[in-house]
Amino acid sequence: MITPMVLAEGVHKRFGRNEVLKGIDLEVAPGEVMCLLGPSGSGKSTFLRCINHLEKINRGRLSVDGELVGYRQEGERLHELRESEVARKRAEIGMVFQHFNLFGHMTALENTTCAPMRVKGVGRDQARGRAVELLGRVGLADKLDAYPAQLSGGQKQRVAIARALAMEPKLMLFDEPTSALDPELVGDVLDAMKQLARDGMTMVVVTHEMGFAREVADSVVFMDGGLVVECGPPEQVITNPRHERTRAFLSKVL
Amino acid sequence: MSSAEVTGEEGRPDEIRAVPVRHPGRWVAAAVVLVLAVAIVRSVVTNPRFEWSVVGHYLFDERILEGLRITLELTIIAMAVGVVLGIILAIMRLSPNRLVSGSSWLYIWFFRGTPVLVQLFFWYYIAALYPKIGIGIPFGPSFVHLNANTLIVPFTAGILGLGLNEGAYMAEIVRAGIISVDEGQDDAARALGMTRLQTMRRVVLPQAMRVIIPPTGNETISMLKTTSLASVITVPELVYAAGNIYSTNFKTIPLLITISIWYLVCTSILYVGQYYLELYYGRGSSREQESGLPATVLRGLMSFRLPGGSRPGGGEHR
Repeated sequence: MITPMVLAEGVHKRFGRNEVLKGIDLEVAPGEVMCLLGPSGSGKSTFLRCINHLEKINRGRLSVDGELVGYRQEGERLHELRESEVARKRAEIGMVFQHFNLFGHMTALENTTCAPMRVKGVGRDQARGRAVELLGRVGLADKLDAYPAQLSGGQKQRVAIARALAMEPKLMLFDEPTSALDPELVGDVLDAMKQLARDGMTMVVVTHEMGFAREVADSVVFMDGGLVVECGPPEQVITNPRHERTRAFLSKVL
Repeated sequence: MSSAEVTGEEGRPDEIRAVPVRHPGRWVAAAVVLVLAVAIVRSVVTNPRFEWSVVGHYLFDERILEGLRITLELTIIAMAVGVVLGIILAIMRLSPNRLVSGSSWLYIWFFRGTPVLVQLFFWYYIAALYPKIGIGIPFGPSFVHLNANTLIVPFTAGILGLGLNEGAYMAEIVRAGIISVDEGQDDAARALGMTRLQTMRRVVLPQAMRVIIPPTGNETISMLKTTSLASVITVPELVYAAGNIYSTNFKTIPLLITISIWYLVCTSILYVGQYYLELYYGRGSSREQESGLPATVLRGLMSFRLPGGSRPGGGEHR
């Protein structure tokens, strides 16, 4: 049996008294592209942030590539991982944010070489070569020395994708990557993501882009109120939703 | 007054060449200021009691230059202590551990809440509190005993007084800088596998610098002048050196002018340094690159042009 890339079993997450995730069960196979849909506040983004331990879960089990996220199990007991161990695991998971979060004091090239050099200890020339190649692949070969403030939203997001890919992750998380973009810039970013999906990358994508979900996703998950309402291949969930809640949501966004 | 034509030959509106509004009030104000300035300069130059020759004579006097050296040393070392301490205190202040953040708060509360002059005296008289200073295990035996009077000479007391006080102010400046950096930067850095320390050093602090540098420049300029307080605990800096001279020859005013000139020279140099630091740490923060110091000085001069004419580079009077 293949180890799932992401395995969530009864994942709960609270912020104070506010329970955001109320028991999420999900499985993402290696090479699979999964899209998370749902209204805002349904817990999609929070769940994504739990996968690379930017948020701690309160109950349940969450593992990536067969290893628990943030904890080490010895017998019955869970031990919190040390910061450096958590960091090492995060380095294997790429993440792209809604607001890009490019490092403002670094050029596109420096943004892309920084983590490989500082975290993985890759040499300067090697990191540079790889960054140039990745930025070229997302169509930004002429923007290597541009600072984020000199780039458009779509260009920033493609730099962010290159920055994440430079760490050679085994899993990519996308948190509404096109929601902050002008409509005309969305296409370039989606193209970069489609290319990535074709190359066999495992991806979990929180998105409102139904076209992308329908075309690229292997499975679509509809979440609401911190629970998975419906899950299945896109033609089933998007075209023929079984639940009333899914139908109501889709009728508004489609 | 009909010089402004509205439309050109092809019906396209011409560039506007309107008669500017006259500002007689500004002309009157300028005239008053000019008269006052001439009067002041005339009195300063002609009043023999300024004794400009004495000022010139002592400007490069060995004792004054030695005082200047001590002033600069005090400024640099106390600021260095302040900045390092400020960064540590700011990071402590943001720690999730209550005891750590609380002790930082307590430090800032104490050192900002008492006058720096009093703190200087405290360090000067520290030997009265702790005649012997030992290095060893807390509550246990100590290995080295030092006489506080030989360890804390006036210069050290000055560094401690000024530096520890400055640390409290710098802590607030650094904290404001760290808070100003978007939380998303932290998320992105940690998602890439950076540790908290790497995130702080590589991502957060460099961007916080843009907010930290301007007030730090002000602090440095302020520190240069505050070092004069160290004269009361007999640190031989500029004011003390001047005092030593005028207590014997009674040329008090000329000597105070002499050291004022040195203070002005130093603060002016610091202004220029601050400008370039801001330029460096501001990189990536705007779409256009700044054009360098000469352009800014020029722009500054333009804004001081006499009122009444058109002022392309100047801001409006309010």
